[in-house]
Amino acid sequence: MTDKQTPLQKRTLKDFIAFIIAELKPRGKIFTPFNIITAPILALGIILVVYRLINGLGSVVTEAPGFPWGIWIGFNVMVGVAFAGGAYVLTFVVYILRSEKYHPIIRATILNGFLAYVFYAGAIFLDLGRWWNIVNPLIGNKFGVNSVLFLVAWHFLLYMIAEFIEFSPAFAEWLGLKKIRKILHSFTLGAVIFGITLSTLHQSGLGALVMMAKPNIHPLWYTEFIPVLFLVSSVFAGLSMVIFEGTISTRVFGNQLTDDFRRSYDDIVLGLGKTCAAVMFVYLFLKALVLIHGANWSLIATPMGYWYLTEVVGLTLIPCILFLRGFRDRNIKIIRMAAILTMAGIIINRCNYVFIAYKWYVPLSERYIPSWQEVVMALTIVFAHIWVFRWIVHRMAVYRKPPAWTIKEDRHAA
Amino acid sequence: MDRRTFLKRIGIGMAGMTCGGILAPGRLNAQGVAEETEFLSILIDTTRCIGCRSCELACAETYDLPIPDIEDDSVFKEERRTTETQWTVVNRYETDKGTVYAVKRCMHCNQPACVAACLVKAMKKEEEGPVTWAENCMGCKMCAFSCPFEKAVLETHSPTPRIRKCLLCWDKRLVKGEIPACVEACPTEALVFGTRRELLEEARTRIYQHPDRYVHHIYGETEVGGTSVMYLSAVPFEQLGFRTDLGTTSLPELSTGFLYAVPIIFVLWPAFLLGVHRATQKEED
Repeated sequence: MTDKQTPLQKRTLKDFIAFIIAELKPRGKIFTPFNIITAPILALGIILVVYRLINGLGSVVTEAPGFPWGIWIGFNVMVGVAFAGGAYVLTFVVYILRSEKYHPIIRATILNGFLAYVFYAGAIFLDLGRWWNIVNPLIGNKFGVNSVLFLVAWHFLLYMIAEFIEFSPAFAEWLGLKKIRKILHSFTLGAVIFGITLSTLHQSGLGALVMMAKPNIHPLWYTEFIPVLFLVSSVFAGLSMVIFEGTISTRVFGNQLTDDFRRSYDDIVLGLGKTCAAVMFVYLFLKALVLIHGANWSLIATPMGYWYLTEVVGLTLIPCILFLRGFRDRNIKIIRMAAILTMAGIIINRCNYVFIAYKWYVPLSERYIPSWQEVVMALTIVFAHIWVFRWIVHRMAVYRKPPAWTIKEDRHAA
Repeated sequence: MDRRTFLKRIGIGMAGMTCGGILAPGRLNAQGVAEETEFLSILIDTTRCIGCRSCELACAETYDLPIPDIEDDSVFKEERRTTETQWTVVNRYETDKGTVYAVKRCMHCNQPACVAACLVKAMKKEEEGPVTWAENCMGCKMCAFSCPFEKAVLETHSPTPRIRKCLLCWDKRLVKGEIPACVEACPTEALVFGTRRELLEEARTRIYQHPDRYVHHIYGETEVGGTSVMYLSAVPFEQLGFRTDLGTTSLPELSTGFLYAVPIIFVLWPAFLLGVHRATQKEED
């Protein structure tokens, strides 16, 4: 499919602009079911975003005193970042452990991770009452260095840069910038090491964020190990997302896939499934330790206890077993199902810390329930991510082979 | 490895450790005393409160908030919470010892979770004790999320929202040497103003002199590491809508363990990753 791409040879600015404009035009069918469903939501969402930024949070957000954070933080930020964890896990496997097996999916995963941070970390912006002050922690209009959120904010920014550098060779290939690609390519290892370090700290940091709210979090969920649990769960959350995304991408972008990719894809999914099962076992072991240590057995037989069991048994233990079975029977379908269940478990887990198991003692009538505007805006962020992802995959070498000259160059560099 | 590279690496390591030291969070101040200044506090004796709501009125007048109608008794039907326009609210509770009124407001914790949560230091614990707010706030609401008393409230209906809560009259009166408006307005001296040490002594004296009148606990003495607003009561505090399950550990301490680990991971983790990268290198490379 590489021949379809407009080659960019001439170097004048005029040609460059013409190239960009040509690339900005949509490719493929416009009236697909996905577009028909998402376009109106996106349009409405963008209007709501502008409306909210001008009129303030109260104009769209449910009023629930005592519940300062809703689905934008609980779902978009907390869950989105956990799902983006696949990027740091796979860069570790591919660039640090040098496993060639997962190389075919590394670019798609990094791109997905990068966009996830742009959009889901960006969702914080929506939730900021005084959004024009977002630069304050960065420019030093007071550095609140004792704050976990300060660390998380800086890490989001730095990690976005690191992931952009990791993905940037694909950009350079698209623009035909040979020299720049060479330079960017040489930054990859540094960016990977930096990125993994940042991810370790802010995945766990998102957990540490809720720790000061100890009196507000149900004892079945509160433990001093929250940061460790968040870090460990981000591994299988991220990998489940990679499996899920691959399921869709291999269908939608089927015509871009190389034969190598098709041949190795089943093995990749099986490997990811096996890894998920192993990490989930570690996670469940930690969860069991925490439960036994906290001596909260009696709380299991309460409504919140059943909710806890839904999350831990129904949406962690069961998918863990499914991953194992899928791996043993080489059944991709079961692994995909397990990935979806795991993702549901992560969504529930993160939202529990933010508004469900948070102030569990508040009666239902006074609890936070997202307004339709909040839901539309949350979906807008997800769809915007998918649209941009699709735009890039159609134009850059994410799934397809990179241009021939890069292979020669890489061999030369090695 | 020659001597030069060895020295270089030692140098980088040392630099890393130093930076780590800078990045580490500052030690928390365990006492309620900062630099010889004692925290200013309010002691609220609920046995003296008659529910006249004069404090609400005084508060609203001081900060230009909507003036409450203090003759209107219907507000007592439900337990009210503080809002962006009502920073101090009097609630009525039916208890074992009859009707008791209790005024609720920001507790001005000794080690406030809201201050530790703030990534731009907009929330600040003044040396004299009050917890205040500044305009460089981003409105992230982490202070509200972390507050165990639900007292940090963002004005959601404003396009330029502020965190609104009791400031102990810090900017309007304390800086001029006056006492908080609510304390001055109280006709029964249910509210007393002073340094935290003095007020603790006063509270203990009252309990000692009238052991039958009070439960033998000063709410706020140890809760979440101690607060600058403290309460005396004739009935157990849970009957007055207070949370008694908060523990005595200050909330910022709960996340310091994580923050202390950050510089260590920042120094050791990249070195480890680079090491693994080298170790997995194949011969032909």
